[in-house]
Amino acid sequence: MAKKPRVKVPSSAKKGEVIQIKTLAPHKMETGRRKSKGKLVPRMIINKFVAKFNGKEVFSTDMHPAISANPYFSFYTKVSESGTFEFSWTDDKGKTVKASRKITVK
Amino acid sequence: MAKSNIQIARRDVLRAAGLGAVAVAASSVLPSESFATPAKADALLKKLTGGAAAKSGRVTIKLPEIAENGRTVPLSVTVDSPMTSKDYVKAIHVLSEGNPTPAVASFNLSASSGKAAVSTRIRLGKTQNVIAAAVMNDGSVYVAKKKIKVTIGGCGG
Amino acid sequence: MKFNIWGKISIVLSCAAMMMVAHSAVAEMKKKSELERRMADPRNSKYTVGDKKSGYVYMTTMTRDMQDDDFSNPAFVWVDIGKRNWSKVDGKAGKSCASCHKDASSMKGVMAKYPVYDKKLKKMVALQAKINMHRKEKMGAKPWKWESDDMNGMAAFIGLQSRGMPMNVSISGPAKKFYDKGKAFYYERRGLLDMACKHCHIDNAEKMARSNLLSWGMPNGFPTFRLKWQKIGSLHRRFAGCNKQIRAKPFKRGSPEYTNLELYLKHRANGLPVETPSVRN
Repeated sequence: MAKKPRVKVPSSAKKGEVIQIKTLAPHKMETGRRKSKGKLVPRMIINKFVAKFNGKEVFSTDMHPAISANPYFSFYTKVSESGTFEFSWTDDKGKTVKASRKITVK
Repeated sequence: MAKSNIQIARRDVLRAAGLGAVAVAASSVLPSESFATPAKADALLKKLTGGAAAKSGRVTIKLPEIAENGRTVPLSVTVDSPMTSKDYVKAIHVLSEGNPTPAVASFNLSASSGKAAVSTRIRLGKTQNVIAAAVMNDGSVYVAKKKIKVTIGGCGG
Repeated sequence: MKFNIWGKISIVLSCAAMMMVAHSAVAEMKKKSELERRMADPRNSKYTVGDKKSGYVYMTTMTRDMQDDDFSNPAFVWVDIGKRNWSKVDGKAGKSCASCHKDASSMKGVMAKYPVYDKKLKKMVALQAKINMHRKEKMGAKPWKWESDDMNGMAAFIGLQSRGMPMNVSISGPAKKFYDKGKAFYYERRGLLDMACKHCHIDNAEKMARSNLLSWGMPNGFPTFRLKWQKIGSLHRRFAGCNKQIRAKPFKRGSPEYTNLELYLKHRANGLPVETPSVRN
């Protein structure tokens, strides 16, 4: 069964409030330096994480193999209107996994 | 649950040494490669920050003193900044002085980030310094360094 | 009061001596052992019952932080898988776990009492084995591999329903002889290094083994997210790992040896709260 990214975003906030967002994406993050059964396992990591709000980028991370498996990030953003957060994780092959969350801002 | 008084027997010491040798042999990390060095980390830092003179202060690194396990080490970086459109953190770069390569992650923030504080989990291959550099919107750079002990765990890691 | 030269010298020397003693006492205090530092966390009281201590107590502060927050605890990736599978129809009978067991809350107390004695099979059965028995007999579904994401997920999801409840494994009646076998295994030397479980987890518990602090090897938090594995894993996986590291041939997941050992360990941990899914080194 596929593992889905976990995202924690408050469902509502006050206008101008600074909220904390937490994300966890299940992924082995193969460094390319690990040997299995005598052979080097090729590198395959998520190298980019982007968080957008109502289409505009609010946070992003450029990642390297030194990020642990199941990459976890927590960060802050200020909200001034209701809308939708869109999160995307892109791997070395260019494959992207997405998740979204809505927030009501009063 | 009583514990018996342990006399460290010669046999136990030899056993531990044997464990150590076996553990190193069984390790799946490639041996004797060129690892990152403080100089390599410094070169990458200059490249990422545009070469501005690194100032101290404003950046705080939160790392455990000893890594529970080098494969998953919790890291937090906080930068003291009002995060207004006139004065905000544009990016936080994390580098390693002792991993196979110095790059760890770069976090891109904006004036609407509200707070310059990021957390993640990183891999550290050995005892070393972790570097965090904040690049401000005016191009100025603040750098902090923190040492963390990373060793092989009890039974082969 | 007048002092002669010897009086003055002795005052100076005794002051210096007192300062040296004070300084080394401060240094000793600062040099608090790693064990003392970790055991000083007030959260540990929840995971200590009498003289039984969960592995939680021996982790570092930041590992405890990771376990205490259900979001940052990576094991929940697998709990989510278990939760989805609970309601997912699978197999020829067209059923899901929920078809018979209804809401997951019906699993409350289950993890606290496994492994249990099976009258038909005349042996102890671990939770994972029971899940597969139901998949085969009631659902007509394919068995899950013990260490698969599906099985670990379901075991973690079911374990979570008992989180906080005291472990309550029974060794009365027919289970007793399997408990004795498990206990014998725990104390039996094996492998090239000729060690028994007890050598680390009883004789040397609370001592540093290089950078790890040895615990009593309590099983109350399994399946656990192990930082070393960078994923969730079962108790039998831990047994196999420990056996391999002392250069003993590991047994298979779900084998009678490991199931009986699980029974012994879980009974030994009775009273400690179920901690599934825990985070360990």
